[in-house]
Amino acid sequence: MAVEWLWLIPALPLLAAGVLTLLPTTAGRAASFVATGSMFLSFVFSGLAWLTTLDQGEFSRTTFDFVWFKTGTAALKIGWVLDPLTAVMLLTVSLVGSLIFLFSVGYLAREERRVTFFAHLSFFAAAMLGLVIANNLLLLFVCWELVGLASWLLIGFWFRKPEAAAAARKAFVVTHIGDMGFFVGMIWLASVAGTLQFFDAGAGCLEETVVHSLGAATILGGLALSTVITLLVLWGAMGKSGQVPLHVWLPDAMEGPTPVSALIHAAAMVAAGVYLLARLFPLLDAVPDSGSLVAVTWVGSLTAFFAALVALGQTDLKRILAWSTISQLGYMMLGLGTGGPAVAMFHLVTHAFFKALLFLGAGSVIQACGHEQDIRRLGGLRRRMPFTFGVYAIGMLALAGFPFLSGFWSKEAIFHSAQVWEVSRIPFVLAVAGALLTAVYMTRQMVYVFFGEHRNSSFQKSFSERAVVTAVPLAALACGAITLGFLGTQAFPLFQEYLEGETAVLAWGDLIGWGSLGLIALSTLLSVGGMALAWGIYRPSQFDPARQQDPLNRWFPRIFRWLENQFFLDEWYRQTVVRGTCLAGRGAEVLDRLIWGPVVRLCAALVQTVAWCSRLADEQLVNRGFDRVCRAVRQGAAWCSERQNGRVQTYIKYVGASLALVVWVLILIDRS
Amino acid sequence: MSLTFAIIAAIVLTGAIGLSVLRKTVHCVLSLTIVFFGLAMLYIRLDAPFLGFALVLIYVSAVTILILFTVLLTRNREIETDVSPYSRGSIAGLIVGGSVFAGLIWMIYRAPLSRGITELESPASVKSLGERLMTEYVLPLEVIALLLTAAMIGAVIVAMKDPG
Amino acid sequence: MDSLSDYLLLSALLFSLGLCVTLVRRHAILVLIGIELMLNAANLNFIAFWRFGPNPEALDGLLFVLFSLAVAAAEAAVGLALILAVYRRYSVTDVENIDELKG
Repeated sequence: MAVEWLWLIPALPLLAAGVLTLLPTTAGRAASFVATGSMFLSFVFSGLAWLTTLDQGEFSRTTFDFVWFKTGTAALKIGWVLDPLTAVMLLTVSLVGSLIFLFSVGYLAREERRVTFFAHLSFFAAAMLGLVIANNLLLLFVCWELVGLASWLLIGFWFRKPEAAAAARKAFVVTHIGDMGFFVGMIWLASVAGTLQFFDAGAGCLEETVVHSLGAATILGGLALSTVITLLVLWGAMGKSGQVPLHVWLPDAMEGPTPVSALIHAAAMVAAGVYLLARLFPLLDAVPDSGSLVAVTWVGSLTAFFAALVALGQTDLKRILAWSTISQLGYMMLGLGTGGPAVAMFHLVTHAFFKALLFLGAGSVIQACGHEQDIRRLGGLRRRMPFTFGVYAIGMLALAGFPFLSGFWSKEAIFHSAQVWEVSRIPFVLAVAGALLTAVYMTRQMVYVFFGEHRNSSFQKSFSERAVVTAVPLAALACGAITLGFLGTQAFPLFQEYLEGETAVLAWGDLIGWGSLGLIALSTLLSVGGMALAWGIYRPSQFDPARQQDPLNRWFPRIFRWLENQFFLDEWYRQTVVRGTCLAGRGAEVLDRLIWGPVVRLCAALVQTVAWCSRLADEQLVNRGFDRVCRAVRQGAAWCSERQNGRVQTYIKYVGASLALVVWVLILIDRS
Repeated sequence: MSLTFAIIAAIVLTGAIGLSVLRKTVHCVLSLTIVFFGLAMLYIRLDAPFLGFALVLIYVSAVTILILFTVLLTRNREIETDVSPYSRGSIAGLIVGGSVFAGLIWMIYRAPLSRGITELESPASVKSLGERLMTEYVLPLEVIALLLTAAMIGAVIVAMKDPG
Repeated sequence: MDSLSDYLLLSALLFSLGLCVTLVRRHAILVLIGIELMLNAANLNFIAFWRFGPNPEALDGLLFVLFSLAVAAAEAAVGLALILAVYRRYSVTDVENIDELKG
């Protein structure tokens, strides 16, 4: 599929969204078919587009631009780009997206507002796909904001629940705090580079000349201009990708329906931040030891560790997954900062699969257990839901980095690049610690939910975990979670080379080489050790969640309180940012009342006076004069109409008088 | 001005003034016949005897009779006796008429009129008139005939009693 | 012999009298008679101008009068018919009391 037709990919779900908006609310079945079908078609087109990138030699990047509108001599162009990065992202988003759509068909079968749900979901997918294909930062930003809007709609889908409405609002506000940075950075870039096109035959803002000039220019403090701009963009990406300190919206966003959580937090929205940075990587990397890459690395590693720590103390099934998402996004950032976009994108893709798998598995569990999400009240589901248990275990192992599953390879690539980072070793240490914690908290969740005794009274036997719409997505995602990693092993880095435009070479030596082998051993040790540790702590014979408190809580109650409450960051924000904003608002109100109000009132009084004067002039001069003219006209007309009294003699009199007049006028003319 | 003309003019003016001032409509119509007779005499005096006779025939015998019949048909005794024969704006009417007359007189006296008169061998004969009518004025004659027919039919229709 | 201006004077007098009758009298028939009077004044003018004109052999003035007489007859017929119709409708022959001739 040529790049000219790339717009079809987002257009299909957008069309579906439009059609669904027009459907009656009773057409739930039709709506789900239309939405899922359009998404699958998008996936097919994405596959075709991907094939095109394979065809054209080693590295292909084609763009298609057109003029959107002209102002004076400047024309604003927008367009799409098709290169490996786009293709990979398109494939991931559309494939995972369509599987999630399919799962939603079953998950929301009894939802009344199913049509609306699918309309919003399609809209979200369209915005995300549009973001991916954009060849222009402005177009990307537009889609970025549309994604934000769609996420607001989806998270707040059950808006009658106050928590859901609040979560939607929080997600919207917090991501927009980040977007402000993005926006300022974009404007700045536009003003210094003169273009927002990514690739424009050498003149685009990601191409050599512009990147070089931006890297060469410095502003206050010796920072390169490119660094400052990308730091601002990074702030936006942090908001979208849930990096510390803008991560607070992400756990709350679990209030949305589970497929929404899967879509937003696995493949689409949160990945947008990473994708943005990967797209803008040439700018981030404009100067050696770029400050923005350092920042990305630090933010990522801190987030990875911090979120993994918090996940330990959570008891909500989906919240644990949310924190794990934050943590994994941190890994992607870390990979981006140290190893470049290929590493980050690799983890993004594998993560999209196993995280979607985990979320959908959690969806199955939640559905089966009567919407119970507290892991302390779940348990023993291994026997009751063997299929779900199996796929969930695959996802969990992939996430924990169990050897030879996808997460293992992608995380290993990140370790590899973090280890050789020159600036500092601390991110590497944090990443390693985070990986250990990941294994621990995922095992903890598994044990809570699937092992031990059954503690849930509202388990619905009628729920079929093997229904097509439920099982097919899970199975497909599980396959991806197992196999995808082999695309990017150290020995045969197909994925990375594809993204970077080189030919992959099979080199077993790289795998066996000292550093790699050590890392492989290390990550194996971490995941297996972490799982063993957690099993030791939480195994059913030792610990009964129904009667006992969490062992961590028993041993370190203080620390556990911090974990449980997510380091009190929400409270802290409430006390500082929110209260500060409120205070500022109150101050502004006082200012308004004391200064601006009177000023406005004064102006209003002045204007009123002027208006009153003009009204007076109007009434006294203009109107009166006009009235007089009118009266004269009316009187004249009345006089004339009196003359027309309907008597024939009167008329003859006029004729006679006119005759006399004519005669006398002729006489007078004759005389003179 | 010859005596004959003065006498005839006096007859005409007497009739005219009579018809202006007489109270009863029938009297007015009768004095109108006097005017027409006077005019017919003037026509004869002006070497147009055929027209004079035609005037007597048309006006005195036809039109006047017609008017008399109309007076008869629209007789209304109260108006004839009680009310003044003059309408309300009569002063203004007199002024208008007077000013027209003054203008005409002024023009007549200012006009450069040739006082002389061409002698005719014989008065205008009916034969020559008929020749002119049938040759040069045949189209106006036809039009007039049509007009008279139309007027006659129109008069009948207007004066006809409403069928309703 | 009489002069042209005598005839013109008489005709002017007749015309003015006719106009006055039309304007002053209130009986509809008299209004019509005034108009006849004015017409005949004009006819007298025609004949006088013909007779005192440079070429009395041509008879044009007479023919004019002939046509004018025909028109006057037609006018009288229609006028009288109108008076009859008005009388039938309003039971008056008094132009003073007929004031419907307006928009």
